[in-house]
Amino acid sequence: MKIGRVAGTVVSTINSPIFDGRRLLLVDLLDLGATPTGAYLIAVDAVGAGAGETVLVLDEGNSARQVLDAPDAPVRAVVVGIVDEVTVDDKPML
Amino acid sequence: MQLGRVTGTVVASTVYPGLEGVRLLIVQPLDRELSPCGSSLVAADGVAMAGPGELIYVVASREASLAMPETFVPVDHAVVGIVDAVEEWSR
Repeated sequence: MKIGRVAGTVVSTINSPIFDGRRLLLVDLLDLGATPTGAYLIAVDAVGAGAGETVLVLDEGNSARQVLDAPDAPVRAVVVGIVDEVTVDDKPML
Repeated sequence: MQLGRVTGTVVASTVYPGLEGVRLLIVQPLDRELSPCGSSLVAADGVAMAGPGELIYVVASREASLAMPETFVPVDHAVVGIVDAVEEWSR
């Protein structure tokens, strides 16, 4: 999993059926200093994450399909958690 | 998934079984600011409606083939949605 920050949403009406009724989030990936790395993911929201929240993003298809309970969904990235805090070497990083 | 812009199409008359009739698109991957980033790639059109000039999102790897009508086809990128808007909340 990766740590990211929700920066926005992606809206689409023509898409694979699995995306109907689901929110697509634009997630900036962060390093452990909470700095955006420049990389991003478009991920399906599975937890109700909101603007500016630090989130846990899954980027692996098999797990994504399990989370969405859709065995043949063309989805790889899913937001699966909202991060409260991250501690590294006893120091709070986020 | 990543954002991309459709810049062209590919026509291949001889393809592996399962790929017949699948539209192939040239996609330029985009960064966060919608600027081109990295090399163009060929993606199968999983929505069957994407065309040149459109802002889309692509799914990569094994999951790409799941976007196709025939799900066990040799495809590594597939367009799975056409973007209406990218709404940013804050920077």
